[in-house]
Amino acid sequence: MSTLQVSLYRYNPETDSAPYMEEFQVDTQGRDLMVLDVLHLVKEQDNGLAYRRSCREGVCGSDGMNMNGKNGLACITPLSDVVKKGKLTLRPLPGLPVIRDLVVDMSLFYQQYERIQPYLQNDTPAPAIERLQSPEDRDKLDGLYECILCACCSTSCPSFWWNPDKFVGPAGLLQAYRFLADSRDEATRERLEELQDPFSVFRCRGIMNCVAVCPKGLNPTRAIGKIREMLLADAT
Amino acid sequence: MSNMRSLTFDAIIIGGGGSGLRAALELAKSGKKTAVLSKVFPTRSHTVSAQGGITCAIASADPNDDWRWHMYDTVKGGDYIADQDAAEYMCSEGPKAVFELEHMGLPFSRFDNGRIYQRPFGGQSKNFGEGGQAARTCAAADRTGHALLHTLYQNNLKNNTTFLNEWYAVDLVKNANGDVVGCIAMDIESGEVVHIKSKATVLATGGSGRIYASTTNALINTGDGIGMALRAGFPMQDMEMWQFHPTGIYGAGTLVTEGCRGEGGYLVNKDGERFMERYAPNAKDLAGRDVVARSMVMEILEGRGCGENGDHVYLKLDHLGEEVLGKRLPGIVELSKTFAHVDPAKEPIPVVPTCHYMMGGVPTNVHGQAIMQDGDGNDQIVNGLYAVGEAACVSVHGANRLGGNSLLDLVVFGRAAGMFIESALNEGVEYLAASDSDVESAMKRINRWNESEDGETVPELKRALQDIMQNAFGVFRQEENMQKGVQQLAELRERINNAYLPDKSNTFNTARVEALELDNLMEVAEATAIAALERKESRGAHSRYDYPDRDDVNWLKHSMYFPAEKRLGQRDVNFAPKTVDMFEPKVRTY
Amino acid sequence: MVTNITNFGRSGLSDWLVQRVSAVILALYTLFIVGYLLLHPGLDYATWSGLFDQTWMRIFSLLAFVSLSAHAWVGLWTVTTDYLKPTGIRLAVQTVIILAIFVFLVWGIQVLWGA
Repeated sequence: MSTLQVSLYRYNPETDSAPYMEEFQVDTQGRDLMVLDVLHLVKEQDNGLAYRRSCREGVCGSDGMNMNGKNGLACITPLSDVVKKGKLTLRPLPGLPVIRDLVVDMSLFYQQYERIQPYLQNDTPAPAIERLQSPEDRDKLDGLYECILCACCSTSCPSFWWNPDKFVGPAGLLQAYRFLADSRDEATRERLEELQDPFSVFRCRGIMNCVAVCPKGLNPTRAIGKIREMLLADAT
Repeated sequence: MSNMRSLTFDAIIIGGGGSGLRAALELAKSGKKTAVLSKVFPTRSHTVSAQGGITCAIASADPNDDWRWHMYDTVKGGDYIADQDAAEYMCSEGPKAVFELEHMGLPFSRFDNGRIYQRPFGGQSKNFGEGGQAARTCAAADRTGHALLHTLYQNNLKNNTTFLNEWYAVDLVKNANGDVVGCIAMDIESGEVVHIKSKATVLATGGSGRIYASTTNALINTGDGIGMALRAGFPMQDMEMWQFHPTGIYGAGTLVTEGCRGEGGYLVNKDGERFMERYAPNAKDLAGRDVVARSMVMEILEGRGCGENGDHVYLKLDHLGEEVLGKRLPGIVELSKTFAHVDPAKEPIPVVPTCHYMMGGVPTNVHGQAIMQDGDGNDQIVNGLYAVGEAACVSVHGANRLGGNSLLDLVVFGRAAGMFIESALNEGVEYLAASDSDVESAMKRINRWNESEDGETVPELKRALQDIMQNAFGVFRQEENMQKGVQQLAELRERINNAYLPDKSNTFNTARVEALELDNLMEVAEATAIAALERKESRGAHSRYDYPDRDDVNWLKHSMYFPAEKRLGQRDVNFAPKTVDMFEPKVRTY
Repeated sequence: MVTNITNFGRSGLSDWLVQRVSAVILALYTLFIVGYLLLHPGLDYATWSGLFDQTWMRIFSLLAFVSLSAHAWVGLWTVTTDYLKPTGIRLAVQTVIILAIFVFLVWGIQVLWGA
């Protein structure tokens, strides 16, 4: 028997006046489980534990959480990557209101995503077939469109913690650039106009926590730099 | 019931995956009061996991490609119980639906001429099987489902669709005439249970791979729509037809796309032999999925499996080179490293056939209208109930779905249902309102869980169910084993009916959701088991040791499972496409 | 777009640019002063005063003062918007900061060009 000590952030607004950490002992049978598997084992001990999960393979973005101090997806994080001294501490994503246990209210995160108008805008009548796009132009979307909206980046960003209502945050800005970079999108000017205030983009201080935690290996900081370049080119 | 809040919509779409969002988009554009109700935030739906692509004759890789060839492949792939009028509709409308997706912004990969990239997939041919392998699957690298789902969600935002995110549909509400007039749903965050009234209720709840212990499906794929429809007394079609995907990662169950073999990868046994050359001399590794999966199991059973226990085979990709892998299959490289601890550029990936797709589901016509049978066995429309996507059985996939056809199914029939509901609403729809007792009977199940005081808990029962299904209803099936399985399921149903929900809190109670899901898994498992036991032949994904051959005399039919009597009936397959000659059933070889 | 009326240039882009340009000017000025001190080890008042009697040095110093003021305003404004959430307190602190910067700037000019 190989026991893992799991320390879990617990909060149920119906019964708890304040959040607290609860300790569990989980038998991993010596396997290098994913953190999500450990949560399943804990839930068998305590039916009431709440967390989100869906695809369990790192593409749906449901189970973003803070594992031993670092944000990531529980389903693709093996214990060997995070456990230190036989202990695993799990907390909800930082900076968003907690609904229950590891479940956070992501409304602010989604609002920032919606604010950048995350859809292709092109008013030119479409051809009978697809719009053509060269492989080189399509390559510009690589590293951008793969975002899974897990919020690991934005909730590790101090600028987003301080101004979640005004700073778009790394995830939203990555998508903003995904559409700015798309050769088929015609709303570049309008998009840039929406972003030139002191908060939306410019609250990025280049801390790069977003890059450090992105489970898909994307680089929001670079995308933000590109947006700044476009803003500068457009306004000078 | 008087204290229960109610919401009223023209149409409620249950499920926020590809088909639900495509239907919603159509309805949102029409200005109908529509809502999408999804138990997860829409981009967490299982469509996001689709990898290889969307198969459609857009004539990009081959300018002479023809949707009729695609239709032929689809009908043959389905072992001739795909409805030919539906396959015709899907394959001919497909290009329109795919181009729409591109216009919405889907970041397809491209050929040098700027057109959408298409790759070869299993079961694809040119010229009705005579012209060799076709390349018909439109791809966005190996993340096509992700790209498609996000694009659809984004366009729903653009069109101001109403979303009830993290709401769980519990059961359908029927009026005194048997029409479906809405559903009971729970807001997961607050635990509030609401009566949703609607003139059109669309089941877009996806598949139910979680009835098996080993599946490529997301944890949320619990057949909620199928469970609701079965409890409401509606029949299910072809529920014995479950696709086992040849390449699930050994041990983890995560999917490795057929696109790997489309790009030139192949399967080898422990001797390093490319064994598919023996089973399918022409198509080899790109034969139908049922054929490949069976061949793999044969290799394993005959002692040529790989690994210590000889219980899997290898998918070899290293010869493709890092550049192709990085460009065309980047997600697979990631998944292999994470779940198989293997770098496919250097070593082969251990794979095993894994439950992947439910060909069966709610029988519908091409407009998504649910169908039941009257006393004489004639088709009868169920008023107010629609189904699209994997939850539906139109049926375009017959006994075995071709790779890349599921995404096409989602968008073509999501769109078709949306358009049909719009015109039906325009013509005016009035159903008798549900009475208090109608609503109460839909509340029975959730009330039982809420009042449970003692008994077995959900995780152990779920495991028991999955083990029964895995052992008795896998790739190869056999009478005795299945009879035992059906018996065990009957006992399990009793245990589930007496199961216990310890946590009765309201706020984001995932234990309650999992309990409600277990009921649905039970419904799907039982329908599957009984249908599998009763279909006494081998066809497509359904293969039996005791009935190894296809029996076109007795079983060139859909199976219809009737939940009230737990009886399996039959329904005619459509052999009357409108614009082409029908495809006669032939011996199916690759 | 998020609207603001208290930031320096009314646009994030101009604030950002001001911050970068002023930083470069301040860096050059610092390098110059440090270099000057290193080249004049036994520096006396006459030499130091002589340096500041020259017009180019006064212009350079004024530029540095103005840069410092702008840089400080953009920076401190940002800090107040990050950490001071109650509007009243934030506005009060911003007012104090702008007044202080103004006073220091005028004072600096007086030192440079005064008698």
